Amino acid sequence: MRRLVIILLAACALLALPHGLSFSQQEILVFLTINILLVSSYRLLTLTGEWSLAHVVIMGVGAYASALYSKELGVWVPVSILLGGATAALLAVLLSFPLFRMKGFYFLIGSFAAGEIIRLLWKRFRDPFGGPKGIKGIEPMPDFSIGIYDFDFFEPVSYYYLSALVVAVCLWVLWRIERSPVGLTFHAVHWQDKLAEASGVNLRAYRTLAFAIASGFAGIGGGLMAHYVGTINPNSFDVDLMVYVLTWAIVGGTGTFYGPILGCVVLTVLNEIVLRELGFEQMRPLIYGLIMILSILFLPKGLESIVQHLTTRGRGKGVEEQRAAE
Amino acid sequence: MTQFLEVDTLTMRFGGLTAVDGLSLKVRHGEIHGLIGPNGAGKTTTFNMISGFYKPTSGEVRLRGEVISGLRMHEVARRGVVRTFQHSTLFAEMTVLENALVGTHMAFRPNIFAAIAGWDREDRRGAEARAREALEFFGLHHLAGELAGELSHGHQRALGLAVAYASHPDVMLLDEPFTGMNPEETRGMMGLMRKLREDGITILIVEHDMQAIMGLCDTITCMSFGKFLAEGGPAEIRNHPAVIEAYLGGARHVA
Repeated sequence: MRRLVIILLAACALLALPHGLSFSQQEILVFLTINILLVSSYRLLTLTGEWSLAHVVIMGVGAYASALYSKELGVWVPVSILLGGATAALLAVLLSFPLFRMKGFYFLIGSFAAGEIIRLLWKRFRDPFGGPKGIKGIEPMPDFSIGIYDFDFFEPVSYYYLSALVVAVCLWVLWRIERSPVGLTFHAVHWQDKLAEASGVNLRAYRTLAFAIASGFAGIGGGLMAHYVGTINPNSFDVDLMVYVLTWAIVGGTGTFYGPILGCVVLTVLNEIVLRELGFEQMRPLIYGLIMILSILFLPKGLESIVQHLTTRGRGKGVEEQRAAE
Repeated sequence: MTQFLEVDTLTMRFGGLTAVDGLSLKVRHGEIHGLIGPNGAGKTTTFNMISGFYKPTSGEVRLRGEVISGLRMHEVARRGVVRTFQHSTLFAEMTVLENALVGTHMAFRPNIFAAIAGWDREDRRGAEARAREALEFFGLHHLAGELAGELSHGHQRALGLAVAYASHPDVMLLDEPFTGMNPEETRGMMGLMRKLREDGITILIVEHDMQAIMGLCDTITCMSFGKFLAEGGPAEIRNHPAVIEAYLGGARHVA
């Protein structure tokens, strides 16, 4: 019951949120929801202990696929976004054959190379990928009305509602996976792969599964982005954005489900509101780098460790009060 | 009659070094079988070949007549041959119960779609019941909520066995289970192994601790320099001249 109330309150807050913001901030809000999906799906991959540098490119695969399906094949946009996610997941399964011959640092570098190859293929082949200029004039989401609200997808508020809903559903699925025996097996593969294997866990299959799920959800995020912006090119998915994803994950902490989301929200707010107000946004990479170094030095477990500290202290107090009452 | 677990002229070469040379041995069902030998005799290599960690250069390992050598480790495990590791190899960052739950992986294979939709409640309950049963068997149930990395050494070794036991194994391969234990803990561990044998589990132990091996095993195979040396009961092995020579050095040649 209490959980239901909290969820309802959170939903109301999310519904009301864009109305207090300026137009450009509403646009940023749309990107924020997509980035939350991006970084949360990335965390699922890190559960198995592998850190990839191809995640943003895989998101681009979803974006390209969704754009092409709707543009060339005339697929209805909501379906093409899902198909974009499926394409990204499928590509991840194919990539897993060469990439999962490697582990740890080598996987990191291998995934970076694989991502760059995909980006070069987009640049090289003008048909169908449009070369360095990418794809323009991507079909927008079709407008529709649900009676009390008319969705007009040239308005960022409308698109924010759509993407927030899609992302919320995706996060729910990711959460369910993590809390299931499958999620436990991911942890097992991370901490002691040999012992997991001796317990009958097919390591390759589970690593591939995590990679495919993470890529699928990143692909859905890419599709959401492509149909919002209307134009994508290979440089929309370059290593700069990947560095931001890593920063969000590291600053937020990857120990909990909410850690990376927290990192993404805090750093985006910091960047878009504080830095923009101060006129510092040109120095974003510099300041992000500084934040990352500082957080590794002084907050190695991420922002989530502050939250954990606060909540456990609160819980400790509660126990003491209970004892006093007894 | 097909043997339960049979190692047939198993050979392992690492480059020019022959670590195990044509070793054959038979493990009877329901026994505790010890594999001993001086350092560098190839015990652990043999063990790794049986468990699927290494692929043998030649020779076969057969379980109930089926060849299991050359299979990957999880495939060997799925046929009922589950190994433990030297030292305290555990999921140190996870709780004791979660460790045991990983052990139930084969009995209750997770399905991702059922997990998302919530159709696997039965399986989750079954897995937890089995995990708790395994913890109870090894006297760890009161520690279920603790982090595995924070347990004492003896408890960690017992948890290693519990993880293997949770998967309903037919054969347990134990790699030096008595290392670093004081006599008290060793006695406790021996008791646990006899309990496992009573449960119908066949055990193959690789071990240095002579006291434990002699007191525990039904049959002992001794190897030296990668080759089979002797086999028999504890009393037989203790007095076997070739075994004494291998451990203490050939006094005859000195004179």
